[in-house]
Amino acid sequence: MANNRRPELTHLPDGGCCFFREVKMRLKTGASKSKNSVLIEKYMQKAAVVLAVVLAFPVMGAKAMHIMEGFLPPGWAVAWGAICIPFVVKGFFSIKKKISGNSRMLLLLAMCGAFAFVLSALKLPSVTGSCSHPTGVGLGAIMFGPTAMSVIGVIVLLFQAILLAHGGLTTLGANTFSMGIAGPFASYFVYRLLKKLGVKSTVSVFIAAFIGDIFTYIVTSLQLGAAFPDSGGGFFVSAAKFLGIFAFTQLPLAVAEGILTVIVYNGLKKYSNAELQALKAD
Amino acid sequence: MKLWKKNLLLLALALLICVVPLAIVKGEYGGADDKAESVISEIRPEYEPWFKSIYEPPSGEVESLLFALQASIGGLIIGFGFGKLSERHKASEKK
Repeated sequence: MANNRRPELTHLPDGGCCFFREVKMRLKTGASKSKNSVLIEKYMQKAAVVLAVVLAFPVMGAKAMHIMEGFLPPGWAVAWGAICIPFVVKGFFSIKKKISGNSRMLLLLAMCGAFAFVLSALKLPSVTGSCSHPTGVGLGAIMFGPTAMSVIGVIVLLFQAILLAHGGLTTLGANTFSMGIAGPFASYFVYRLLKKLGVKSTVSVFIAAFIGDIFTYIVTSLQLGAAFPDSGGGFFVSAAKFLGIFAFTQLPLAVAEGILTVIVYNGLKKYSNAELQALKAD
Repeated sequence: MKLWKKNLLLLALALLICVVPLAIVKGEYGGADDKAESVISEIRPEYEPWFKSIYEPPSGEVESLLFALQASIGGLIIGFGFGKLSERHKASEKK
């Protein structure tokens, strides 16, 4: 493989795999290291440090519209926590595999994580007269797969619970399931489906982010409905009540999230198309 | 249309979506989670949260500080990322 060009391997039938293989080869041989790329690699290593800061720091301020501390009976709390474990573990290894030996991917992942942190800090007013915030996990799910966002989601939620009294430690599992699993999986599959149907990628990104956001809060409502069934009408009546609060408030905010996701996606597409193609998110 | 124009328009649209409710709907604009709490106490009046948050920000001011910090650090990283990406993009175009 020629070693002196940038990894624009779109013409290869098996773009993603070849991309990683070449990166590995380059790392072994070091043949491709022109001055320029060494410099870029240095910057990317700095970006790794930045990522650590992303993960450890900014999540502190999030005002979460998640299930409140102590508001899920212990049985439910444990059950949701257990369900999340395999996703988070899978996500950890999936992230490791995707960014290993590729500092550019690391930069993109850091940006996806940062995007989720910014959006979850923005408490926006909605037509129902109350506030809620977007989740921002759709972008990362489209690019790095849903389980990668499970890891990011659990970190966001953990810090919110510890430092901001939003969400909670006892409800961490349930909230991780809605924001880090249900939402990202919805975004991911909607995006793949629309791409398969030949829908324009920006439109697909918008719809995927919108659905991911709404679905997160639908799941939150169902979780609360299951834990607190209405004494007369049971699960459905109660779930409908919570849907009325969370889902309707969320509708316009999900549109806003879709638009913001498209803005960032547009930028990534312009400046980092090779990586998007390697991630099959072009 | 140039990308930055397109993105600026999209940004304005997103902003509009958030501002319009403030203008047309009268409400308290409290958190949706507080509303959910009151529904729970309606359905199960006897329910007591069995666990309390281990730390709460001492005031609304401190809370908003943490908020702003979170958003700005996130924005910083996204900006840094785009700076790197565009620099690299330019370098590869020159080749």
